[in-house]
Amino acid sequence: MDFLQPRSWSEALEAKAAHPDAVPIAGGTDVMVELNFDHHRPAFLLDLTRIEELETWSFDNGRVRLGAGVTYSRVIDELGRLLPGLAMASRTVGSPQIRNRGTVGGNLGAASPAGDAHPALLAAEADVELASVRGTRRLPLTEFYTGVKRNALAPDELIAAILITPPSGPQQFCKIGTRNAMVISVSAFGLALHPERKAVGTGIGSAAPTPRRAYEAENFLAQALDAAGLWETRATMPPELAREFGNYVRSAASPIDDVRGTASYRSHSLAVMARRSLSWAWDDYRRAA
Amino acid sequence: MRITTTVNGARREVDDVWEGESLLYVLRERMGLPGSKNACEQGECGSCTVYLDGILVCSCLVAAGQVCDRDIVTVEGLSDQQGLHPVQQAFIDCGAVQCGFCTPGLVVTAHGLLARTEHPTDPEIREALAGNLCRCTGYEKILDAVRLAADRLADTPAGSAGRLR
Ligand SMILES: Cc1cc2nc3c(=O)[nH]c(=O)nc-3n(C[C@H](O)[C@H](O)[C@H](O)COP(=O)(O)OP(=O)(O)OC[C@H]3O[C@@H](n4cnc5c(N)ncnc54)[C@H](O)[C@@H]3O)c2cc1C
Ligand code: FES
Ligand code: FES
Repeated sequence: MDFLQPRSWSEALEAKAAHPDAVPIAGGTDVMVELNFDHHRPAFLLDLTRIEELETWSFDNGRVRLGAGVTYSRVIDELGRLLPGLAMASRTVGSPQIRNRGTVGGNLGAASPAGDAHPALLAAEADVELASVRGTRRLPLTEFYTGVKRNALAPDELIAAILITPPSGPQQFCKIGTRNAMVISVSAFGLALHPERKAVGTGIGSAAPTPRRAYEAENFLAQALDAAGLWETRATMPPELAREFGNYVRSAASPIDDVRGTASYRSHSLAVMARRSLSWAWDDYRRAA
Repeated sequence: MRITTTVNGARREVDDVWEGESLLYVLRERMGLPGSKNACEQGECGSCTVYLDGILVCSCLVAAGQVCDRDIVTVEGLSDQQGLHPVQQAFIDCGAVQCGFCTPGLVVTAHGLLARTEHPTDPEIREALAGNLCRCTGYEKILDAVRLAADRLADTPAGSAGRLR
């Protein structure tokens, strides 16, 4: 095995082009488990922890451009206000030690349907920026997930950054697990209200082969809020509306039974989380008036 | 590959390191620092917790090659000539050590908490220690030890910051 340690982003892209089979390693919280248990012996490890650009965030045309190497701890400490949904999700990841090391880019690289960043990023309608020596492209996150633990990265590409619009409305994130720390989610849900566009964003985790949005639920809720004039009046959320939203979210999932939970529990818990997170978000929206 | 890095304030150099091995392995098997414990090798137990550039990490999840020219502090680096660190002493005084396997990781983690927060609340202590498992389940005594260490550190003239690196 060879250890490649580029000092700059352009060196990293050259290294990946020269060795498309090289496995990138950022926080190592997924990669090292594989190595320690001999699940995988890559010919090359490509260390991304010496590249400053990857570990910075900045503003890009009104959006936050979050370098792929920013850790969960830093999202929590530095971006709680700008990216509330992602910060909430970050707080539920692993333990302090895992959050100090694990990165949002690594979550996308692993593309596990259970990754906690995904529902929050999907609800916020994030884009991902991929780069190679051939150039840079940005695509909606929905197009990034291509299958169970598979993503749209070409063999010579690396994840450069994630682009997220700071919210115009409240965001929520919920996750079901057996304890409060160190759990892979049984199911997870991200919600964002976008009052400036009268739109709703959602993200479902651990309940389909890939993280996904619940488009019908989003459209249903956005239209119902519009029809009742609730975006303007900020009146109380009718309970049956929240319940129906939950049912739409449930129908968007296609969960399986596994060691962490049954398909029917996942469906049920998603409907509950969707309903509750909507009522919390709506309370925030009313309070913000 | 050759690894050159700083451990507990001293420059260390080791050769013939396999690129894919963990910092934990390097510390224990190549540098003679067996304080950090190997219990799970998958980030679940926290018994391998060390400081890497001032941040608490699971050393089992850091690749050896990633630590070149970094600054590492292990449990061995917390005590000094004058004796045990107050966090270590508090673990002994409170009976927070049973088999002791989880203790080094918990001591480093508690040290990290008290370096940031002088008087942590109980929820803050629980949250900070959430990544450290004790198979002997002596959690009540462990929480006592962290509270005692916090009190003692606050009583030292320089305050908690003065007694922590
Ligand atoms: C004990 C424990 C608890 C955990 N708990 C959670 C949890 O609660 N929720 C959760 O979502 N995850 C959890 N994880 C999984 C893991 O921490 C996350 O997926 C994390 O985001 C991975 O980030 P990393 O930087 O450590 O990635 P790495 O392990 O370094 O990499 C992960 C993958 O992404 C690729 N990669 C990394 N960076 C790039 C890049 N810039 N471009 C292209 N590919 C890249 C790597 O090649 C690899 O395939 C846990 C892991 C452990 C060990
Ligand atoms: S040995 Fe590293 S966390 Fe368990
Ligand atoms: S004292 Fe035995 S594992 Fe904690």
